[in-house]
Amino acid sequence: MAGGLPHLKIGSAVNRSSRPGHLRTEPGPVKWILIGIAFLYLGILLILPLVCILTNAFNKGIQMYWQAISEPDALSAIRLTLLTALMAVPLNMIFGIAASWAIAKFDFRGKNFLLTLIDVPLSVSPVISGLIFVLIFGAQGALGPWLIKHGIKIIFAPPAIILTTIFVTFPMVARELIPIMKAQGNDEEEAAITLGASGFKMFMLVTLPNIKWGLLYGVILCNARAMGEFGAVSVVSGHIRGLTNTLPLHIEILYNDYRFTAAFAVASLLAFLAIVTLIAKSLVESGIDREIQLTQKDNGEKSG
Amino acid sequence: MFLSQHKQHTLPGFHLSLGYTIFYLSLMVLIPLSMLFIKTAALSFKEFLGIVTAPRTLAAYRLSFETSLISASINAIFGFLVAWVLARYSFPGKKIIDALVDFPFALPTAVAGIALTAIYSPHGWVGQYLAQMGIKGAFSPLGIVIALTFIGLPFVIRTLEPVLQDIDPEIEEAAACLGANRWQSFAKVIFPILLPPLLTGFTLSFARAVGEYGSVIFIAGNMPGKTEIAPLLIMTKLEQYDYSGATAIAVVMLLVSFLILGISNFLQWLTAKRIGMN
Repeated sequence: MAGGLPHLKIGSAVNRSSRPGHLRTEPGPVKWILIGIAFLYLGILLILPLVCILTNAFNKGIQMYWQAISEPDALSAIRLTLLTALMAVPLNMIFGIAASWAIAKFDFRGKNFLLTLIDVPLSVSPVISGLIFVLIFGAQGALGPWLIKHGIKIIFAPPAIILTTIFVTFPMVARELIPIMKAQGNDEEEAAITLGASGFKMFMLVTLPNIKWGLLYGVILCNARAMGEFGAVSVVSGHIRGLTNTLPLHIEILYNDYRFTAAFAVASLLAFLAIVTLIAKSLVESGIDREIQLTQKDNGEKSG
Repeated sequence: MFLSQHKQHTLPGFHLSLGYTIFYLSLMVLIPLSMLFIKTAALSFKEFLGIVTAPRTLAAYRLSFETSLISASINAIFGFLVAWVLARYSFPGKKIIDALVDFPFALPTAVAGIALTAIYSPHGWVGQYLAQMGIKGAFSPLGIVIALTFIGLPFVIRTLEPVLQDIDPEIEEAAACLGANRWQSFAKVIFPILLPPLLTGFTLSFARAVGEYGSVIFIAGNMPGKTEIAPLLIMTKLEQYDYSGATAIAVVMLLVSFLILGISNFLQWLTAKRIGMN
């Protein structure tokens, strides 16, 4: 089951063939009509919303913009969003490294089943992701009475927001690392171990440098989703202003209060985060391509 | 076989990494998710059936599946075209366009929701022209389709692109040398190769759309029986502290999305086998 997030396009720039193209291409007009339709489709669906966010955010001037993102409720939403990402991303990163090491470097029975299970959170509706934590920690939930008796607050409080975010972003680092680790094979690590390196040393000096780009991208993607998750967090947060609102929930409240400019101002912060994520992806991809090209050149010189 | 044994003996950390993987997976995903089924099991079958076949529930399911089907189809057609353009042609701005395709993955759904609502509402940039033609953009099923098309846009493109890039140029050259015209070599040679990833992309886009909440609730209007999607109905039941109702509706949705993904895997396997045999 491919859960459906963008994988890095490894080596896409390298494989391009330098053959005569006339046998594989359409006549000029057809080509330009297709390109035109593609531009129109992406323009309406992607660029229009982006422009809409930015114009609406700044349409009452920079001062209103600043006011919207620096009022106390907005600041506490920013703080909670950062805290959530700071908890969820490292935990899922450690899991991602462990899972990809086991899955990419070893053969064992049930591997495909494990891969399917890891992807499960991606095919669960955000609302259902939140619901399951209400069923565990809510007042009527499995642990509810016990938690109330001991005065521990999880649901409608930051702990549930963090747990739900971990669930929603669960596979994101693992999914980026597994194909990369698989593609690299076991030779270099085996050499390190045979030469007497400890497991830790092998990981730090051989594995980590090899997977650094994929890891970086996985973390960036995981972070973007952790900061932007709405549906799942909305179920467990209780919408207590200044206390359990993350940035996306704060946007909803502003919007429902008809404070549209403020809503779009806060939304623009998350739109900038999305753009930074996309730029990081392109940079990481070209970083990987460059490394593959260097290795190929290297190998070419050695064999030549 | 030898290789696998060899692998397991040389590299360290197999038991530690696999053990931690299974532990963390169980703790964070499997145990929480199983609560859904435990809670449902507490309902009698009659109660369960009563909840999931209530007119309001059926209307929500139907709306969710229909709008998801339409938006996944739109994405399959245009996604195919965009993937083709990105993989085959070079034109100015291609790198930016290519990066932008992932925008719906990166943009939080609530942000997408308010932006699309602003654009397609009766006074919005596009909505005012739709209104002149008597079409309601936002606050109608059309609005839901627009939001679902936005969030499902990258799936088809990103599953097709690598396959398109990996197609051996010799296949098409051979077809051309054997006298096929451009359309024939597309329809008979290229398209069969692209059909499995196209189906996969379509299914992923559909599965994502069925569960989507954030971008839809702003644009939908949320009228029970008319523009109320299934995830929103779950939310409404939760707000009324009707946990059993919410859970029953959720279980059906979850099973359907697992079924869809199962069918997609089966289709892929079937197509791969057929291509392999020829």
